[in-house]
Amino acid sequence: MAHGIIYNHLDLPQVLVVRPPDSFSLYQSQYSHKFHFLKAWESPVPLDQFLSTNARNVQALLSCGRFPINVDLLRLLPSLRLVVTPSAGLNHIDLSECHSRGVAVANAGSVACCDVADLAVGLFIDVLRKISAADRYVMQGLWASKTSYPLGSKLKGKRIGIVGLGSIGQEVAKRLEAFGCSISYNSRNQKKSFSYPFYSNVVELSANSDALVICCGLSDQTHRLINKEVLLALGKEGVLINVGRGAIIDEKEMVQCLVQGDIGGAGLDVFENEPNVPKELFALDNVVLSPHRGAFTSETLTSMREIAVGNLEAFFSNKPLLSQVTDD
Amino acid sequence: MASDQATTPPPPPLPEIQSHDLSQVIVLHPPPVFNYFKDLFSKKFHLLKAWESPLPLHEFLTNHAHSAQAMLCSGTGPSISADIIRLLPSLRLVATTSAGLNHIDLTECRNRGISIANAGEVFSEDVADLAVGLLIDVFRKVSASDRYVRHGLWATKGDYPLGSKLGGKRIGIVGLGSIGFQVAKRLEAFGCNISYNSRKRKDFVSYPFYTNVCELAANSDVLIICCGLTEQTRHMINREVLLALGKEGVIVNIGRGAIIHEKELVQCLVQGEIGGAGLDVFENEPDVPKELFELDNVVLAPHMAVFTTESFKDLCDLMIGNLEAFFSKKPLLSPVMNE
Repeated sequence: MAHGIIYNHLDLPQVLVVRPPDSFSLYQSQYSHKFHFLKAWESPVPLDQFLSTNARNVQALLSCGRFPINVDLLRLLPSLRLVVTPSAGLNHIDLSECHSRGVAVANAGSVACCDVADLAVGLFIDVLRKISAADRYVMQGLWASKTSYPLGSKLKGKRIGIVGLGSIGQEVAKRLEAFGCSISYNSRNQKKSFSYPFYSNVVELSANSDALVICCGLSDQTHRLINKEVLLALGKEGVLINVGRGAIIDEKEMVQCLVQGDIGGAGLDVFENEPNVPKELFALDNVVLSPHRGAFTSETLTSMREIAVGNLEAFFSNKPLLSQVTDD
Repeated sequence: MASDQATTPPPPPLPEIQSHDLSQVIVLHPPPVFNYFKDLFSKKFHLLKAWESPLPLHEFLTNHAHSAQAMLCSGTGPSISADIIRLLPSLRLVATTSAGLNHIDLTECRNRGISIANAGEVFSEDVADLAVGLLIDVFRKVSASDRYVRHGLWATKGDYPLGSKLGGKRIGIVGLGSIGFQVAKRLEAFGCNISYNSRKRKDFVSYPFYTNVCELAANSDVLIICCGLTEQTRHMINREVLLALGKEGVIVNIGRGAIIHEKELVQCLVQGEIGGAGLDVFENEPDVPKELFELDNVVLAPHMAVFTTESFKDLCDLMIGNLEAFFSKKPLLSPVMNE
């Protein structure tokens, strides 16, 4: 790959940052001796003007999950060869547009998958055993004044339907097996190396599960995958856990099902329109709400930063990327 | 008053079914399982329900429980003290719906040859599940961030603070009995490293064993209290142990409140000497130290580790099974070895 890199006066490779990713200040403080970060959001001029003035020769972009990398942006970056996103999620990037322009994409790989799986399991236990609701109960002083707390539901023997058996789904499965749960899944393709029952159809998976755990990415195929039919198949005792992306679930339908008792409960880390959460959920004790923290432990954020920087370094030294996203 | 059981269908449950066909079981205070399954017991046994009588307990026992051979009790209600046992001259079995035995005068039972049956391992998995759930909650701030969202703060104040990764953390299990073992098995699947302190080393596991709970704490990121309450374990987790656990350390208690020196625990939490706590049990339930309500790194549960529909049903079957075995002179299903 011929770079023809044009350095700024500091001789450091340029990395465009349109909007800062989480803890960008740490990228700045730890890596400003390696890269010149071109911080578009700090400029008073409109973005397209900033880019045509400053970014014509920029070859690498450090993405933020909230800002879309689409054709409108790519058109303004004729020299772009690499997009690095510190997230695992890729739904904010137009992958086919990048591909057709010869722009490589690197993400956080599976660095966050254990943390996301841990939270998925934590949310599941919370819903089944009513942990957050009980915590509220105690803090409201209700333990002393009322009879015993309502019964929860045992984890062992529950049938878990994993939607998306990628890195995250596999880690969820491994953990829940240790609790005596049984695992089935739906995925784009059957995974031959796993002996869990595979369902080609998510409604069928739902009908045969006590809980659905959404671990897949958001794509055209998975948008509103979890619709009313799937939710009704899950049933009145069924529990829905989402650590993927909010838009994989038809949120309006889900809220209605929860309010009407058509499903048994939910643990949600992601929502269609973050940070907005449907207010109807606030009144429900069988719902646990998490503000998109699945990958957000200090350890994993550090790992994501390191892998993002590692990808940038590899690119600028003409070495293979650490975690390039391929079409699969 | 003998009810005519031979030809008529079973009557609906009445407050006082008196039948010489049903064996007597003295119950001082209703165990939690009675909230859901009392009828299953009252169909099979003649329950002498002390709490329903206007008489003071000692009088009730003297007047009505003279021939009762079996008692059903739980961790709630009056302790089964030597005084109470002495008022039950025919008592040969104490069946408790708990796994814990700290409410029973074991010495008095041993001296009188009274057998004890408990909940055995019926709850171990549920208790282990709650212990892990509380741990994940503290590490990943699940309940605290749920509050944050419910108060509308995500939209107005921005992102919630970061949690801490579970993988690679060193878990110190205090008491590697049936519950402790189930906790260990689960946390291994999260990539945690397990060590333990117990009365005795357990040959069937390869986890590192510490003879001293303070040393365990010093080498752990998390302590999970899974043991029972005895004279040896009362206030075993004191300030010294907590300081050894350290400012990032987390403690989870699903054993008994009094295993931890509660005052010192509260002080350590308030002063930031330890990193957080998940507590299902307290020294003086249902009272919970109010200082804990202010702390986002503390998760509180109302002694509910065994509260699942499935376990309560299993417990009901087990207790009825124990009582039936006792009355037909068969071996108990879940006897306690009272050495």
